[in-house]
Amino acid sequence: MRKPFLRPLAAAALLPAALLTACGGQDGGNASAGAGGNDGNTIKVGILHSLSGTMAISEVTVKNSESLATDEINARGGLLGKRLQPIVEDGASDWPTFAQKAQKLIRKDRVATVFGGWTSASRKAMLPVFERNKALLWYPVQYEGLESSPYIFYTGATTNQQIVPGLDYLKEKDKKRIYLVGSDYVFPRTANKIIKAYAQANGMQILGEEYTPLGHTEYSTLVNKIGEAKPDAVFNTLNGDSNVAFFKQLRSAGFDAGRLPVMSVSVAEEEVKGIGVQNIAGHPVAWNYYQTTGGRANEAFVRAFQARHRGAVTSDPMEAGYNAVHLWAEAVRRAGTTDVEAVKKAAAGLSLDLPEGRVTIDGATQHVHKTARIGVVQPDGLIKEVWSSREPIRPDPYLRSYPWAAGLSS
Amino acid sequence: MSARLRGHAPFAAVAVLLLVVAPLALPAFRLDELAKYLCFAIAALGIGLAWGQGGMLTLGQGVFFGLGGYATAMYLKLHDAGGDLPDFMVWSGVEELPALWRPFGAAGFALAAVVAVPVAVVLGALVFRQRVRGAYFAILTQALAAAFVILLVGQQGLTGGTNGLTNFYDVFGRDPEAEGTQRTLYFVTAGVLGALYLGARQLVRSRFGRLLVAVRDGEDRVRFLGYNPATVKTVTFAVSAGMAGLAGALFVPVVGIISPSLLGVVPSLELVVAVAVGGRYALAGAVLGAIVMNYAKTSFSEQWAGGWLYLEGALFVLVMTLAPRGAAGLYEQARDALARRRGTPAPAARPREAAT
Repeated sequence: MRKPFLRPLAAAALLPAALLTACGGQDGGNASAGAGGNDGNTIKVGILHSLSGTMAISEVTVKNSESLATDEINARGGLLGKRLQPIVEDGASDWPTFAQKAQKLIRKDRVATVFGGWTSASRKAMLPVFERNKALLWYPVQYEGLESSPYIFYTGATTNQQIVPGLDYLKEKDKKRIYLVGSDYVFPRTANKIIKAYAQANGMQILGEEYTPLGHTEYSTLVNKIGEAKPDAVFNTLNGDSNVAFFKQLRSAGFDAGRLPVMSVSVAEEEVKGIGVQNIAGHPVAWNYYQTTGGRANEAFVRAFQARHRGAVTSDPMEAGYNAVHLWAEAVRRAGTTDVEAVKKAAAGLSLDLPEGRVTIDGATQHVHKTARIGVVQPDGLIKEVWSSREPIRPDPYLRSYPWAAGLSS
Repeated sequence: MSARLRGHAPFAAVAVLLLVVAPLALPAFRLDELAKYLCFAIAALGIGLAWGQGGMLTLGQGVFFGLGGYATAMYLKLHDAGGDLPDFMVWSGVEELPALWRPFGAAGFALAAVVAVPVAVVLGALVFRQRVRGAYFAILTQALAAAFVILLVGQQGLTGGTNGLTNFYDVFGRDPEAEGTQRTLYFVTAGVLGALYLGARQLVRSRFGRLLVAVRDGEDRVRFLGYNPATVKTVTFAVSAGMAGLAGALFVPVVGIISPSLLGVVPSLELVVAVAVGGRYALAGAVLGAIVMNYAKTSFSEQWAGGWLYLEGALFVLVMTLAPRGAAGLYEQARDALARRRGTPAPAARPREAAT
């Protein structure tokens, strides 16, 4: 018997392909629109964050602050006499999706630039797409350094603006026996490599180095191990939900911030809410911006953000995303065009007063000069600055100016 | 029209559509996406064979997809590095090339396509000899997918961890982002899919295919007749794994990345859902299910970011309750319903739903 299933399938087969072809026609029309997102009365910009999946809780807040910035620019008359039109895409906490959506924003929507990403994995996945298409990505989150792409601007901290000052602070407080705890992925592993090199050169001792999978929530064994090692402090590079379990179990084992301070680099105002203030109050964190940071620019930013999102907090990555939009817009204004190479040129050395203070783009690395700030989590959930580098630190993603880091970026 | 010609007409129509109409009508960016759907369709074809024909509900095809994908990616990475260490090893603190990577330096691509097959043979032989089937087999394969992801994430220096492997500068001597390369890759993928589909159809129509269906619908009876169901299932499982491996191997140059998030439990399940929606008892249903579902996923997430998962879930529930044989089974289902209304008995030889 000939298989009867083939006959009805012919019809079913033709339908989707016909659909695809039909949609293809439309795309073709769009693709011929003006290059550089500069189309009639609007300039298209892409916003690409995870709006679903595990990273959504963090990334949606950055999307919101970036939308705030584009709306501010539009409210002040737009850019080059045109309105900014943000095109929001969902990276879905999935790295290949980030690459695919970046491709779509660049090739189909022809956006002038993209603001997006959070995890290093998503940035690494998008990097080749932006480099090959010679398009611009603004990446707003602190990361592990050792990278400098000509088509990415990094508005979050690199290691010498966050991790190294965090270590300087611990050293200053005479916390010299350190235990390392991190999630198992590229940022913690690379950060810990740097920490170990720093420790060796600065007479600090690393008592242990432990990684747990992303989303891990069972920390009693690890807390016991830490208890036995008796460190002066823990350096924590855990990400996401794991922090909730870790801090809870640490506290129930009797370790409070006075006895064993835990320095975190991935816990900001937003995460403090999730962890529960009672579990983390008194512990230090290292960032470049807090909601409590002084200055008129920050007051305006916090007020504007809270006017849209009632009761929301503002955090470092949100501020860095907000900064990215304003820095790009200023570079476009100076260049007089959205052309990528012209914008890159105009961005080098550009300086703006932003919520965290004076921010200057370093042309050579396309990172920004940032002030390092160590804060302590307060009982009200906000973070109070207790130490700062006073002036912005020059970005050094490959740690070339630190002799102890010589072997790291070979 | 003779029955023979009629059998080939739909295939020819789809071939023309994929090889002539789509490349002419679609802009480069969409053609690139279609190539990606075709990769998933190849993996889905394997599931159609193992699940639809053989009754083996495999929830871990991502493992084999990953083996093929990683093997290709390792080859491309080593080729790019040109004697040095691949970039991610440098930042992961690896100082010399791990032994596991050595074979992929030269004959990498040849290895990529087949590496999944021996793994599936060993696994299949162990599992089917022990008469593990039904839900137990499904759970086992799903656990395998979960374990594979944990292994990949944990070995960052060896596998790139959660980042996976990406950033290839040179795909077989060409620039991977150039339009010409993408077009060639599309044709290669479409060609491979077509060839595998014809091969699988031949397999299903052969004596082996009938034996396979018999094993699905009554494994013990087949055993009493003197056949060894374990062998039949192992061979089918290995063929299906080989298809997934090949799909992964093609996916890497087409999309430019392989990472654990592409081959864990969720993507493996999504493939099975696509096959179920398309119609698992027809090989073409599996293929079309994968293409349509992935196309829908892309276009839907462009319109309504984040909503796709709900729609996919709803669609799956709907199909399972209203049309358990999927889109490809609708015609037969309608015919049966019509026959029942007329009071004539429905044609026999319907697959047993409970068999899986």
